[in-house]
Amino acid sequence: MATTAPVHVHAAPQGFIRRYVFSLDHKVIGIQYYFLALAAVFVGMFLSLLMRIHLVWPTAQIPLFGEIKPETYLTLLTMHGTIMVFFVLTTAPQSGFGNYFLPIQIGAPDMAFPVLNMLSFWTTFVAFVVMIAAFFVAGGAPLHGWTGYAPLSAVPNSGPGEALGADLWIVSIAIFCIASLMGALNFITTVLDLRAKGMTMMRMPLTVWAWFITAILGLLAFGVLLSAGILLLMDRNLGTSFFVPGGLNFTGQLTVTPGGLSPSTTNFTHHGGSPLLWQHLFWFFGHPEVYIAILPGMGVASQLLSTFSRKPIFGYKAMVYAIMAIGILGFVVWGHHMFMSGMSPYSAFAFSIMTMCIGVPSAIKTFNWLGTLWHGRIRLQTPMLFAIGFVSLFVSGGLSGPFLAQPVLDIPLHDTYFVVGHFHLIMGVAAIFGIFAGTYYWFPKMFGRMMNERLGQIHFLITLLGTYAIFMPMHYLGLAGQTRRYSQFTEVAYQTKLVPLQTFMTYAALITIAAQFLFLINLFWSMRKGAKASDNPWESTTLEWSTATPPPHDNFGGQTPVVSHGPYEYSVPGAPRDFIMQTDPATTATH
Amino acid sequence: MGTLSSSVVLKDSKAGDRGPKPPIYGGDSGGPDGGSSSRDLDRLRRARLGLVLVLVTVTMIFVSFTSAFVIRKGLPTIDEKTGAYVNDWTGVSLPVSLLLINTTLLILSSLSVELARRQIFRRAALAPVQAIPGVSVGEDRSFPWLGATVVLGLGFLIGQWIVWQELRLRGFYLATTPSSSFFYLLTAAHAVHLFGGVVALLSAQSISWLRRPVETQRIWVDVTAWYWHFMALLWVYIFALLYFAR
Amino acid sequence: MGLALLVVIWLITFVSTYFFIAKTWWLPHGASTSAAFIDGQFTLTFILMGIVFVAAQLALGYLVWKFRDRPEAAPVEYSHGNTRLEVIWTTLTAILFIGLNLMGSRVWANERFAPASPGAVQVEVTGMQFAWYFRYPGPDGKYGPTSAKLMDASAGSEAAIGLDTGDPSAKDDVVAGVMYVPVGRQVDLTLRAVDVIHSFFVPSFRFKQDAVPGLAIHMHFTPTEIGDYEMACAELCGLGHYKMHGMVKVVSQQDFDSWLAAREAEKQ
Repeated sequence: MATTAPVHVHAAPQGFIRRYVFSLDHKVIGIQYYFLALAAVFVGMFLSLLMRIHLVWPTAQIPLFGEIKPETYLTLLTMHGTIMVFFVLTTAPQSGFGNYFLPIQIGAPDMAFPVLNMLSFWTTFVAFVVMIAAFFVAGGAPLHGWTGYAPLSAVPNSGPGEALGADLWIVSIAIFCIASLMGALNFITTVLDLRAKGMTMMRMPLTVWAWFITAILGLLAFGVLLSAGILLLMDRNLGTSFFVPGGLNFTGQLTVTPGGLSPSTTNFTHHGGSPLLWQHLFWFFGHPEVYIAILPGMGVASQLLSTFSRKPIFGYKAMVYAIMAIGILGFVVWGHHMFMSGMSPYSAFAFSIMTMCIGVPSAIKTFNWLGTLWHGRIRLQTPMLFAIGFVSLFVSGGLSGPFLAQPVLDIPLHDTYFVVGHFHLIMGVAAIFGIFAGTYYWFPKMFGRMMNERLGQIHFLITLLGTYAIFMPMHYLGLAGQTRRYSQFTEVAYQTKLVPLQTFMTYAALITIAAQFLFLINLFWSMRKGAKASDNPWESTTLEWSTATPPPHDNFGGQTPVVSHGPYEYSVPGAPRDFIMQTDPATTATH
Repeated sequence: MGTLSSSVVLKDSKAGDRGPKPPIYGGDSGGPDGGSSSRDLDRLRRARLGLVLVLVTVTMIFVSFTSAFVIRKGLPTIDEKTGAYVNDWTGVSLPVSLLLINTTLLILSSLSVELARRQIFRRAALAPVQAIPGVSVGEDRSFPWLGATVVLGLGFLIGQWIVWQELRLRGFYLATTPSSSFFYLLTAAHAVHLFGGVVALLSAQSISWLRRPVETQRIWVDVTAWYWHFMALLWVYIFALLYFAR
Repeated sequence: MGLALLVVIWLITFVSTYFFIAKTWWLPHGASTSAAFIDGQFTLTFILMGIVFVAAQLALGYLVWKFRDRPEAAPVEYSHGNTRLEVIWTTLTAILFIGLNLMGSRVWANERFAPASPGAVQVEVTGMQFAWYFRYPGPDGKYGPTSAKLMDASAGSEAAIGLDTGDPSAKDDVVAGVMYVPVGRQVDLTLRAVDVIHSFFVPSFRFKQDAVPGLAIHMHFTPTEIGDYEMACAELCGLGHYKMHGMVKVVSQQDFDSWLAAREAEKQ
């Protein structure tokens, strides 16, 4: 290691607490986020397992759990969705990998605001604890679904779990919003202000672009959800009527909430609120959130497809503009979740056109990924397998979008399993495949050892086949009119006929979930026993591979890297080897 | 960034999978010493950038409140007795004079925080000179603008509390009408943000008590001052919204 | 691994597509005037998206196998992309997606923008946890007032929706737990909900609309075939959501008239 005067970053702290618990090091924080998401994903997966079992074997006795009641099913569904969307899909790809690798990939010693970074992780952690606490309070966790539509979510006596459990759910999400806002602020500042010399915006790896645009989406979207959450809490506890209309009647009880900040002698009934207002606010956040979940995965897929095909990414600029276009359009399509809600049919028309437009940049990305593979020399190592799986899932999940985006086709499909299949493929498992790809790819850098290839391949094949076996049939079910969020199909005759397909899906889920333990074993076994990793085991070009493994406290050992090349210079004619690192001297002219 | 020296150490790295490979580095940025160095300017710029992003977030929160306000105001609801759509919006009677006094307090505090900001910039500029032994640039006894801002800010918050009491006396509680709900919501949300500003000012002050470098204090004061100006502007906007669209 | 990937991806593609083409699970038989158009639009979208799906997945599998790294593999073609190809591809997708959308908008416009015809059968649908009630305004063509304070689900259908039976316009209102509609006549629905959001969904009619508390939503459809059709609540409404189903009986005009007359007679 060359040693010159140390740069201005804080020295490596001593002591366990400062180094591993309240660490200011973005790498430690990234790993903390990753393991938080790992814990969350196993909770969420367990909940989905219980749901699948209940759907087809409703009287099954689950060890330690007993029989699942219909209202428990809705609780499982709500918490599965919430935990997966917020604490897995938003946390792992963005906050986890983003925290660890964004500063290194742009050549920065740390995030712009390390203390804020630490705060943002611990705030997320508190949000997770509050969310899990909802299971253990009187009445249990809420049953209003992850979308929390008012008035179901706004009136404590609308169902079991809608009392304290629902309050905790809202509070947890509000805390999560604050954490995400802090994170987004840090990401944006870091990208804009801490890039190494020569790291122009158009030389940033596509992962960085994805994290950057995702952070902008988060910055604009989470504030809106926070506001909506505050309004919902006020409706629930202080007697206001933002979302709750008047004249409601819940199984014989009039809804009267004790009026907060009001004379103690009077109670107010709700009057005049708008349930649709909640939906507008929620989906104004909710649709960008979908892209918050998937954009980092797109970034990882782009990076990996180029690296393992040994070929520059096809159309780098188009990829960047496509990410931007998706980010911008993501803010003007929220109404497509509300075609059946009673919203003005004229605005439905406009939202539908915008939604179709968002298909265009998505198609550009797919085209460019295939173009990257074309005439490459594809190294089929595990990270690449998951990147290819990502493309396949993205195509499958994406192509059901144009059905749902047409209001007239949304009539039969809205709120059926078709929608469930659509979003699970595209923002659920596609994003998860992005996380897996990232894990197998960056694990050597993070932990200094390689993950097991054979286990990885088996994990990949079972997971890919399994996810298709679970989620593709959902499209068929949706066509046949199977409504989502039904805990049983015994009551509606045409739906009872569909149970055999549901049973098949449950078996597929059992196998797929079992296969995830292969990943877990691989992860923890390789951390201790995996083969030692070199600094650049995949022969990648980006900056994280030019420093030591694992990177030193300030990432580059007291140095500031200088960037002379674009991010994906593979197989450059005339170059001594088949890749030119971004930090290689500028002898070969590239961009 | 722009402060990098040109002493680029270049080393050719061989096959990537063979042992640790030293990366290619430029020089370090900034120097370990030297008053208002470019490093401090970097920090200031970064903090300001962060602030802009904070303000974007705050704006989004108030934009969503505003859109809720506008939608709710124009929204017809079903009248239970007739089954017809009616508009149930009733305006709050605002204690306008009290609110005007509060607005004046806040604008004055915005002025004083600007003076505090300029004061700290002057002090930071003189700091290297003062550091020279034997050189005195006069006693540092200028007016405590930071303290004045805190007092004015707290005055505004107390004023808002009085407005709330006044509103209660007039019979407008949080859940009385949608209009009063929004009044309490917007004023409380603004008050919470302003209180955050007060806390930031107090921490800026405590930096000097803790004898941390004046540079750190300058960054805190600068960023808080801009935040404070934004809060004043936001208040004027909220006041206008509540007054003209009530 | 390259061959395994090719096999797996192609297998997934063929199996998935087979069940769509074989229509093993498909939209139920359509029994309303808009069903034919919606199904046609669906089929068109399905064919176009299906072609893209199969092409993209097969290409993915093929490329991964064909260009896998092996000693005798051809050298990599160094290229940063092809702008002309990108422009063509982008234009094609834009035309495809937006064109599809514009085509589908006609039925949407008919069903949602145009008011119901004057001769339509008036039915008010009320959703509540966890039942549906259907109200017919009777000979006066006017729905009587309802009130949350009068709601009592244990005292029959009229009390369940809180009908103010003292009001003259409520005297001839018929409230039923099953929806009867005459075949071939437009049905003018008024959708209400008294507690949370519910959604009125009849798959065979290709009809769905949320019932939102605080709103009275008007929508219309025309059933074309006599028969019994199941409806299901399609918006999560609480613990009994899965039980909240109902029946729509499409009968001849004559049967409908006699059914309605019998209900009116019961009231007297």
